[in-house]
Amino acid sequence: MATETRVADNKMIPIYIMGKQYLVPPALTIMKAMEYAGYKLIRGVGCRGGFCGACGTAYRIQGDPKLYFGLACQTVVQPGMYLAQLPFFPARRETYDISQLEPTATTLFSLYPEVLRCLGCGACTKACPQEIDVRDYMAAAMRGDLAKLADTSFDCIMCGLCAARCPAEEAQYNIAILARRLYGRYLAPRSEHLERRLEEIETGKFTVDLEELKGLGEEELKVRYKARDIEPK
Amino acid sequence: MSGYPPEMQESIRSVEATRARRVGETFPAMSMEQREKILSGFHPDYREETFHAVRVGVSKGQRMPVELARVVEARPHVGADFDLSAPVAETDVLVIGGGGGGASAALLAQESGARVILVTKLRFGDANTVMAQGGIQAADRPEDSPSIHYLDVIGGGHFTNVPDLVEALVTDAPCVIKWLEDLGMMFDKEPDGTMMEEHGGGTSRKRMHSARDYSGAEIMRTLRDEVRNREEHIAVVEFSPAVELVLDDQGRIAGAVVVNLETGVYGYIKAKAVVLATGGGGRLHYQDFPTTNHYGATADGVVLAYRVGAPLGYLESMQYHPTGAAFPEQILGLLVTEKVRGLGAQPVNKRGEQFVYPLEPRDVEAAALIRECSERGNGVVTLTGQPGVWLDSPMIDMIHGPGTIQRALPAMVRQFARFDIDIAQEPILVYPTLHYQNGGVRLKADASTDIPGLFIAGEVSGGVHGHNRLMGNSLLEITVFGRRAGRTAAHYAGQVMLAAPNLAHVAAWNREMEAAGIDTDVISPILLPDYVHRE
Ligand SMILES: Cc1cc2nc3c(=O)[nH]c(=O)nc-3n(C[C@H](O)[C@H](O)[C@H](O)COP(=O)(O)OP(=O)(O)OC[C@H]3O[C@@H](n4cnc5c(N)ncnc54)[C@H](O)[C@@H]3O)c2cc1C
Ligand code: SF4
Ligand code: SF4
Ligand code: FES
Repeated sequence: MATETRVADNKMIPIYIMGKQYLVPPALTIMKAMEYAGYKLIRGVGCRGGFCGACGTAYRIQGDPKLYFGLACQTVVQPGMYLAQLPFFPARRETYDISQLEPTATTLFSLYPEVLRCLGCGACTKACPQEIDVRDYMAAAMRGDLAKLADTSFDCIMCGLCAARCPAEEAQYNIAILARRLYGRYLAPRSEHLERRLEEIETGKFTVDLEELKGLGEEELKVRYKARDIEPK
Repeated sequence: MSGYPPEMQESIRSVEATRARRVGETFPAMSMEQREKILSGFHPDYREETFHAVRVGVSKGQRMPVELARVVEARPHVGADFDLSAPVAETDVLVIGGGGGGASAALLAQESGARVILVTKLRFGDANTVMAQGGIQAADRPEDSPSIHYLDVIGGGHFTNVPDLVEALVTDAPCVIKWLEDLGMMFDKEPDGTMMEEHGGGTSRKRMHSARDYSGAEIMRTLRDEVRNREEHIAVVEFSPAVELVLDDQGRIAGAVVVNLETGVYGYIKAKAVVLATGGGGRLHYQDFPTTNHYGATADGVVLAYRVGAPLGYLESMQYHPTGAAFPEQILGLLVTEKVRGLGAQPVNKRGEQFVYPLEPRDVEAAALIRECSERGNGVVTLTGQPGVWLDSPMIDMIHGPGTIQRALPAMVRQFARFDIDIAQEPILVYPTLHYQNGGVRLKADASTDIPGLFIAGEVSGGVHGHNRLMGNSLLEITVFGRRAGRTAAHYAGQVMLAAPNLAHVAAWNREMEAAGIDTDVISPILLPDYVHRE
C-alpha cells in the first residue's frame, strides 16, 4: 500500500535489524524501514503515532559508544543503526481493588515495597521516549508523594523501556499508574456540579424533554437546532 | 536547521510575507449553499465512482467505499467444516476487541456476574482509543443539559441519527464521567473540583472533558488496569483476533473462531454471548487517503457481524479530518489537532493566501483543502508527491503571546521537533486524513442487534452519530455502549441454553457470493494492512 512507504529518492543507507544488514531509504522511521526491509510487523507495532508504547526500540550507531532508546514509529533511521525491538518487557504488577485502598504512602509501599530500593541512578530517565524524568517521579514515590508522582508521570505511555534499564528491578510505570488512580479517585477535588447532575438524572428531570425531542420530525428539529443559543468561547 | 527542503522553504517565505496582514483578517465563513456546493464537488464521500453497493447479505444495496466492499464481499478464513467439537476455551461472554469499548464491556459483564474472555488483535490497548487527544463530552454543568447535548448530536449528524441511541448517549454521559473518575481517571479540573470544559466543533455548550493532551490514553490505561485487576474473572488473550462468529442451530451466537497471529493456529472459543468492539477501518485507506488510525483498524467487526446476518448502516459516510500531517513523510496522516486552528492558525495556500474560514465543519473544511490542492492547483507538493496546504502555526504566538504554542500544544511541538520543524517558527503542511467510521453495525439502545447474543459497542457500530460524529462523542459512545453491551450480554448469557454450534452461515455466504457472481481472492477480515515493501 503506497500510502505508508513512499520513497523520495534512492540513496539507500545500511541499518542492522537484530544484527542483519538491510539497505533502506534514509528518511523512514524505524518502523517503516523494517517494513521496507520486508518485515510484516505483528509485535512492536500498535498505534503508529507515539501513543501506545508498543514499539520500544534499543539502538546503537556505528562509531558512537552510546546506547539509545526510542519509539520505532517516531524515530528516523540513521546510517549504521543497530536495532533491537523491545515489544514486551516482564514487569511486576500487583492486583488490587481500588475501592478498598487508602490513598496513602503506606498503600504504595505495601503493594510495591521495591519502591524503596530505587538507587536514583537515572538510567530510567535516559531511556524514556516521552522525556519524562522517571527518576524524579520515583523519588516522589519514595517520599510517598502521590500527587507529585501522579502529576509528573502523566505522559507515560507504558512502553516499559524504563523497567528494562533499571538495576533495582522496579516496574516504574505500574507504580505510577497506581498513584494516578489513587489520585484521580481519592485526592482530586470532587466535582459538585457532576454530583448534582447525577441526582437530576436519577430523579428523571430530563426524561420529559428527551421524550419530546425524540418524537420530533426533522423539520421541527432543524428549527430547534438553528435556534440554539451558543455559549460564548 | 529547518526540516523543510529548499523548495518548500521558498513557499514558506510567501506565507511569512503575508502573515502580519493576515493576523487581522479572517476569511469569511461559507453560506449553507456554498457549503453544499463544495461538499458535492470535493468531499470524498461524494465521489460516486469510489463507492460500491454491496451485492450480498442482509443489507444488499448498502453503499460503502470500494475498499470496504472489497473486504465485505470476500471469503471467510474458515470453511463450514471447521471442527467446532473441541473448543479451546468456554465462557459466558466473549468480548472481541481490546480498545475502550471492549474494556468497558468486559468490566460491566464481569460485574453483572458473567465469566469473561476478552480477545484482541494486538496488545490490549493498541487501539484508536489510546490515540484520542481532545476529550469526551458530557452535559454536567448547570448551563448545559442532556437535551441540549441531544440537539447538538443530532444536528451534527445531519438529523439522521437513531433517536433512542442518542438519548442513551446523552443520558448516560454524566454517569460515565463519574464511573471513570471512580476508577481513578484524572480529569482536568479547577482547584475547587469544577471540571475544565471546552467547546468542540458543533457544540453549543462547553462540555469537552479532558485529561491534558492524553484523554484517550488516560481512559484506556485506566480501564485496562482495572480489567487486569480482575484477572480471575476476565481472561485477556492478546494477538488473537476473531476471524468468524459462530452460531448455534437456532441462529443464536455461540462464540467465535480466533487465530493466534504468531502461530497461525485457529481455535474455537465457545461463548453464550459476544460483544463486538473492534473499532474502525482507517487502515483500509479509502481513496488512498492516509489515516490517523491505529495499525489494526481494518473494519473487521463490520465483516464479522455482516456474515452472520447483522444489518449495516451509515457506511456511505466516512469522517476525514481536515488537518492530517502532510509532511514529513514519516508522520503522514497523523492528526494535527483541531485546537491548532482553534488557537488562531489559518490554513493558507502556497502563495500564503487564505482560502477558507479556519473553523468550518470538518467535512466542509476538508473539502476546501482538497479543492485548493486539486482544482485550483494552489497546494504545495512534497518530494514524495503528497499535496498539502500550510497551517500557519506561528500565528498562534503572535496572537496569544510568545510561548503559547509550547504551553498549549506540547505533544504537537514534540512530534514535529523530532523532524527539525519548530512549529512556533514555521507552518505545518496539512492535508485531509481518514479519521473515523461514522457507520457500521446497527444496534439498539441496549446494545443488542438482530442476532440473538450479539452485542455491539463503539466505532464498529452505526446509528449513534448519524452521518457525522462530533469530536468528543466517540470516547463517550465507547464507554456508554460498552457498559450497556457488557451488562446486557451478561444478563442474556445467564438465560440462554446453547444448542449445537455450527458454521452453516459460512456455507450459505459462499453460495450467495457464487450466485452473485463474485469471484475474489480476498480473505477477510484482513486483520492487518499490508505495508511490506516489494521490489
Ligand atoms: C488520532 C485520533 C484522535 C481521536 N480523538 C478523539 C477525541 O478527542 N474525542 C473522541 O471522542 N474521539 C476521538 N477519536 C475517536 C475515538 O478515539 C475512537 O472512535 C474510539 O476510541 C474507538 O473505540 P473502540 O473501542 O470502538 O475501538 P478501538 O479503540 O479502536 O479498539 C478496537 C480494538 O479491537 C481490536 N480488534 C480489531 N479487530 C479485531 C478482531 N478481528 N479481533 C479482535 N480484536 C480486534 C483492535 O486491535 C483494537 O484493540 C480519535 C481517534 C483517533 C484515531
Ligand atoms: S533506573 Fe531504577 S534505580 Fe535507577 S533511578 Fe530509575 S527507578 Fe531508580
Ligand atoms: S516512564 Fe517508562 S514506561 Fe512510561 S513512557 Fe517513560 S520509559 Fe515508557
Ligand atoms: S506504535 Fe504506538 S507508540 Fe509506536
